[in-house]
Amino acid sequence: MGFRAHGRRDMFAYVLRRLGALIIILLGSSFLIYNLAAISTDPLEGLKTSTAQNKEQLIASLTRELRLDLPPPLRYFLWLRGVLGIFVGNPDFGNTREQQSVVEAIANAIPTTIRLVFVATIVALVLGLALGITSALRQYSRFDYGMTFFAFLLFSLPIFWVAVLLKQYLAIDFNDFLVTATISPPWIIGLSLVTGFFWAAIISGSRKRVSLVFSIAFVANVIFLSFISATQWLAYPRLGPIAIFILSVGIAVGVTYLSVGLADRNAVKSNLLMAVIGTLVYFPAQIVLGSDRPRFGIFVLLLTLLITAVSVSFIFARIDRGPIIRTSIITSILIGGLILVDQMMQAWRPYVESDDVNYRPVATIGQSTIWLSEATFWIRVLDFAMHLLLPTLALTLISFAGYIRFSRGTLLDVLNQDYIRTARAKGLTERTVVMRHAFRNTMIPLTTIMVGDVAGIVGGAIITERVFAWQGMGTLFNKAITSFDLNLLMGVILFLSTLAIVANLIADLLYSALDPRIRVGAGKK
Amino acid sequence: MTTKKNSSDETPKDAGENAIFNKETEGLSQGQIVIRRFIRHRAAMISIVVLFSLIVVVYTALDWRIGDEEDPFIIPGWWKYGFEDMPELRYGADCINGSVGCPTLDAVPFLDGDGVSMGEHPFGQDDIGRDYLALVMRGAQRSLLVMFIIGAIAATLGTIIGSIAGYFRGWVDAILMRLVDFIITIPVIIIGSVIGFHFGNKGAAFLALLLGLFSWTGLSRLVRGEFLTLREREFVDASRVAGASNRRIIFKHILPNAVGVIIVSVTLLMSGAILLETALSYLGFGVTSPDVSLGLLISNYQDAFTTRPWLFWYPGIFIIVIALCINFIGDGLRDAFDPRQRRRLSRKEKANARALQSRAEFN
Repeated sequence: MGFRAHGRRDMFAYVLRRLGALIIILLGSSFLIYNLAAISTDPLEGLKTSTAQNKEQLIASLTRELRLDLPPPLRYFLWLRGVLGIFVGNPDFGNTREQQSVVEAIANAIPTTIRLVFVATIVALVLGLALGITSALRQYSRFDYGMTFFAFLLFSLPIFWVAVLLKQYLAIDFNDFLVTATISPPWIIGLSLVTGFFWAAIISGSRKRVSLVFSIAFVANVIFLSFISATQWLAYPRLGPIAIFILSVGIAVGVTYLSVGLADRNAVKSNLLMAVIGTLVYFPAQIVLGSDRPRFGIFVLLLTLLITAVSVSFIFARIDRGPIIRTSIITSILIGGLILVDQMMQAWRPYVESDDVNYRPVATIGQSTIWLSEATFWIRVLDFAMHLLLPTLALTLISFAGYIRFSRGTLLDVLNQDYIRTARAKGLTERTVVMRHAFRNTMIPLTTIMVGDVAGIVGGAIITERVFAWQGMGTLFNKAITSFDLNLLMGVILFLSTLAIVANLIADLLYSALDPRIRVGAGKK
Repeated sequence: MTTKKNSSDETPKDAGENAIFNKETEGLSQGQIVIRRFIRHRAAMISIVVLFSLIVVVYTALDWRIGDEEDPFIIPGWWKYGFEDMPELRYGADCINGSVGCPTLDAVPFLDGDGVSMGEHPFGQDDIGRDYLALVMRGAQRSLLVMFIIGAIAATLGTIIGSIAGYFRGWVDAILMRLVDFIITIPVIIIGSVIGFHFGNKGAAFLALLLGLFSWTGLSRLVRGEFLTLREREFVDASRVAGASNRRIIFKHILPNAVGVIIVSVTLLMSGAILLETALSYLGFGVTSPDVSLGLLISNYQDAFTTRPWLFWYPGIFIIVIALCINFIGDGLRDAFDPRQRRRLSRKEKANARALQSRAEFN
């Protein structure tokens, strides 16, 4: 630790050293797995027991093609020679058994897997952080115990089992429900009770206060669900300007509260004005987004909102502009999201009523409906989303338990630090202490954990893809194993382990960038 | 380190509570303190009881055949069917809703007034009439076996390799840790699939053995870390000066100090192992038919969920209960071994602490 890094040059040397180690590790692990797979596999097995006339010929040709006359370690070096071509700009990862290039096969599969993993990771992170932090702030409360049990339960669930349950209850049964979209009174009462207990568990204080919170949450939820049921909102979803205005005001107040506090009048004013402007922007946005260039429309919408956010906060904020600008930008992006969601909801009825969907919008298999070439942009986006729904939910459920536990533990550690005591002692509000001092320091280890986890999640996606019949890396991997396709197998594994190592390197670098106490390469002298 | 920090952090409020904690641990060895803390962890104790009863029930359910194939010595189990028996498949009038092989378990006494009864096939029957209770028991046996074998092998290998790397450092450490890097870069489900696809048919125990050979890496890193710090401590120097051999220092002096980390991480590894086994069997790369495992059962009957949900629920519930118990035990152990961990004081004890504290201030 006594070694002080001398800035950028040391960092560069460190990255180079790590990259060097990366290559050596990849060589080692690929050698290991290649021989393991090659020794235990007999691609000729199927042919040997076949009754084909030209059996001998087939065996001979396959032996020649796969170089089975050579022992596995030698074959590895043949394969390696092709791969090392990457340094002279001519890599050769070989062909699959169907004579498709391995690189091409992987390149086709990656986007699917990334789409799945990316969304699931984001959702898991946001939810896990929110629940974990609440849990830590209410340590040893009923909510905390409940969350701990919930997290352990999720840890213990096999993902394929959850996926089958989701398919049944959230796809098949929910699709049936959507035909009428009326919620029966027992369900309304039941769901409201759950919501009531949830909020009552979070709110601490006297028994009177807890029961008050419970009643308010219960009644509000009953009214809300009855409204949803009576208007059949789930079958005919629509936000419209009024709902967007109400939600925007909610977002503005919430974001301001969490970020700079409601005491900052200028921030409140600029965010509320942002909500009003967002609602007004809704009307011209309908024309732009409904045009035949919707992507350009989205760009224009978000750009407009961002520019307004910055200018509005410049008008209101006289001192301390940075935080207010930041808050307004977050608000504006969320409002933009609302307008886009509304646009997708408008596509809902045509989507549901189309022949190929046939009133079963929640999809259980595949990554998109194949027709839709003549469908509008928004229907296609909606179709994507409906196919993403269940796999993402399954992956999220499995991975966010870790985030709950980790963010809870880290936040509790941080809250016991001396600088938190100092912050409280100098009279900062609890919100500032938690959101500014504690939360940001909790994010540091969490970021690195998340990045380092990427490879693991891709591994988990293998099972998810199988359950929901997606054509991604998992399918490719399954195919490689079951068809004794060594080139394809090595390609997939090489890709995944490179991803893992690079992700770990990025995690380390991020750690040192976020936490100035940590220096990469220090101590290695 | 930690004790020093705690004492410097001590505020007047903590003083009273500390007095209570100190009094509780007076005259006890470290091991006794850990055991006490563990016994106080309610969730972990419930889990231990549940898991232990589950293991007993599962392993005594079916007949044990010991000895040669032709004329085995049979220890009878408490359940009448074996997992290979094929009793007559119940269908039609026997089942209420016209399904095939419906379960006869009646655990709710109030609804039909028959009281609790097992019936002929409490968990139902599979497609060809095999008793599903027997199948689930057999599957749980296999899954538990795989879990324990993976845990045992990973614990042994991880501890030994981690100790050697951390104790000797230098080139031994470098070589061993590069080996760890080789293995750790490949997602475990991938190694498992490659192994399982080729060796799954050689039996669950063999599969578990091979999987164990690849699951020790995380543990060995942890143990190495522990050793790197512990080897610099004074008691190690003292025993070295006294002439202890390397082996003696490693196993008698350092290892007992690292045992907390090892136990906790092995329990977590085991809960991961049972999920790994079920996932592999689900993918078709694990235990294969004619043998049975919980993952295989779910995989076989996932499409039957709409019509015969019990074929899906029972194996799933067994997996969850086992994994949940192990996770809670691990959590209890972690709390028990953590020197900073304190239990929450009850209201009465808090009052006592306040009284103690005010007395201290008064004096």
